[in-house]
Amino acid sequence: MKKKLMIGNQAIARGAYEAGVTVVSSYPGTPSTEITEFMTEYKEIYSEWAPNEKVAMEVAIGASVGGARALCAMKHVGLNVAADPLFTASYIGVNAGLVIIVADDPGMHSSQNEQDSRHYAKAAKMPMLEPTDSQECIDFIKLAFEISETFDTPVMVRLSTRVSHSQSIVETGDRQDVVLKDFVKDPAKYVMMPAMARKRHVFVEERMNRLLDYSNQTPINKIINNEGGPGIITDGIAFQYCMEALGDKASYLKLGMVYPLPDQKLKEFYSSQEKVYVVEELDPFIEERCKVLGLSDVIGKDLFPICGEFNAGMIKEKILNETITDEIKIETTEVPVRPPVMCPGCPHRGMYYVLKKAKLNVIGDIGCYTLGALPPLEAMDTCVCMGASVSMAHGIDKARGAEFTKKTVAVIGDSTFVHSGITGLIDIAYNKGISTVIILDNSITGMTGHQENPSTGKTLMGEPTVSLDFVKLSEAVGIKRVTVCDPFDLKGFEKIVKEETSTEEPSVIITQRPCALLKTAQVFPPYHINTEACRYCKMCLKVGCPSIIDLGDGVVINDALCVGCGLCASVCPFNAIDKGEQG
Amino acid sequence: MMKEISIMIVGVGGQGTLLTSRILGNVAMELGYDVKMSEIHGMAQRGGSVVTYVKMGEKVYSPIIEEQTADIVLAFEELEGFRWHKYLKKDGLMVMNTQKIDPMPVIIGRAKYPEQISEKLSEAYNNTVFINAIDLARELGNVKVVNVIMLGKIAKILEIDKDLFIKAIEQAVPPKLLDLNKEAFMMGYTN
Repeated sequence: MKKKLMIGNQAIARGAYEAGVTVVSSYPGTPSTEITEFMTEYKEIYSEWAPNEKVAMEVAIGASVGGARALCAMKHVGLNVAADPLFTASYIGVNAGLVIIVADDPGMHSSQNEQDSRHYAKAAKMPMLEPTDSQECIDFIKLAFEISETFDTPVMVRLSTRVSHSQSIVETGDRQDVVLKDFVKDPAKYVMMPAMARKRHVFVEERMNRLLDYSNQTPINKIINNEGGPGIITDGIAFQYCMEALGDKASYLKLGMVYPLPDQKLKEFYSSQEKVYVVEELDPFIEERCKVLGLSDVIGKDLFPICGEFNAGMIKEKILNETITDEIKIETTEVPVRPPVMCPGCPHRGMYYVLKKAKLNVIGDIGCYTLGALPPLEAMDTCVCMGASVSMAHGIDKARGAEFTKKTVAVIGDSTFVHSGITGLIDIAYNKGISTVIILDNSITGMTGHQENPSTGKTLMGEPTVSLDFVKLSEAVGIKRVTVCDPFDLKGFEKIVKEETSTEEPSVIITQRPCALLKTAQVFPPYHINTEACRYCKMCLKVGCPSIIDLGDGVVINDALCVGCGLCASVCPFNAIDKGEQG
Repeated sequence: MMKEISIMIVGVGGQGTLLTSRILGNVAMELGYDVKMSEIHGMAQRGGSVVTYVKMGEKVYSPIIEEQTADIVLAFEELEGFRWHKYLKKDGLMVMNTQKIDPMPVIIGRAKYPEQISEKLSEAYNNTVFINAIDLARELGNVKVVNVIMLGKIAKILEIDKDLFIKAIEQAVPPKLLDLNKEAFMMGYTN
């Protein structure tokens, strides 16, 4: 078998391939996105982007009931969206295997919260596995499908950013031949009405008992005994940090199955050690179970933080009291931060410039455009979750009335709108709201690295397909005022925003301009400053373009970055920014 | 036993640090090392500060590097080298591209780009190497090959057979850009 370096997400896709999966449906979200992108490497697997995680999970449930091994992948907050099917999928169980991948983001590298998905396994009463490197990603996916079919249950596999996005060496195997199972009508199992569900709940509880026995026996819950040192109970990437920090100076209970937790193994390990630490990122999930089991002296969150990521150095410090004491030689307290920014030529920049100038309240959403909250634009006032901009704007409307609403807009990207903005818009129309919703249509799902979505006219596989028409959709839900414009036509856009916010009717403005990073985006020669005309008024700096540089006594345009969008020239009051010439 | 080497690659989103770390990791694997690398996707790519870790050794556990544990910091940009130098071991090596890219707080005049970064670093660390990769890339007519020039530099420093890297580059870049990238690699390797 050939050895390869793979990120965890790629290894998950490989594992799915080897397990004979034929249907995958997901919604992108960092750090889970590449799982589904890598699925496209396997022609045996049908893979798709769904409009949101709930749909993705239902597609996977349907495929499983339909007899095919199926998988869906999402980030932790995506699982909240899919929680409804999750809980009842647990009751109906599976026909062919069903695996749900959820990628947590401790440290919030690219997320709005730091929730711990292990709670979901417990709440939905289904098993959860947790790999610690890329090889385990392959192995655990295959095992997850076996467990799924043996126990008639969906299986969750939990990742974290450092597992998803770390590369390590894997050995790949062959694809297992899995035959499509028959679809057998079985309403007692698949139709969850109260009478049937009551029986299935009993089945679920019995299944949990059998899974507990399995958890106590499975080799993926592994005790590694070494002489002396403390005992460590750990899971996920924290296991790797512990191994690096403590090596054979500690004994380990490595938990590959984090739900249900192996009661017997926990007790056995606890009683064999003098001192036991529970080393787990985020919540005290394992620690609390230990305490319920009466293993009351385990040391967990009294020592280790709930917030943020761990690392090997932290474990050395907390458990061995070892720190590196070399003096750091240069004080670098005054290093300016380098926050992510909207790219040169980004269509969102012109839009925010106008909204800020008009002093509007901006109810924001999740995507690249969330960066509009940062300096110098500082033009966004709220951001909660996917789709919330539209419905929150309506809530503010109902709370504060028409005059305030006339100074407020919701901004939401095309993919986010399809994900869960549509229902909010229906609410506005239905309940006689007057909010103005701006759909930022940049023809792609940008933040997660350019995924197709139902409005782009292409599938995950790159095949042409229908594209959702935002104008017709808005009209169909009952919005009478729908306008389309170019966000770089500042005057035109400003006029439309003024008109639409001032009416006491709901309205939708669709700004259309492709993401500047798309191959279809037009690139023009770089603009330059006419130093004779420039009065250094700094207006151009207000648009927050990374290619315009403040020299202290003037400005200059970085020709390596400028894509010639011309936005700076259109805000310059002295016509001091000239168009570049075609080379 | 193989020496364990921890390399931290830092730069600005868009500079191509990922490609450098991936090629480096693949070459290390070819040489028989266990390898782990950690990348951060998403937010960091929008012109933000980007960090990747490459660790090789007989057996590597943690994919990440902590303060004062890196053997080498390979900085694609001065300010980023300055930001992350604390991750170097006491006797570690700083390899820095002397390119400056202003972050947003500097662009809009809310902060100053620190001065004399290379001087400060050479004073504090015994092992520092500076290379003007952006000028070298301009000589080749493409500023995007800074990452491959840096790869050439690190290949030379690690004393790894350059043919292994050339082979890895052949697999990683599209055919029409191959000659340019090979040339860029050699530029870093010899400069």
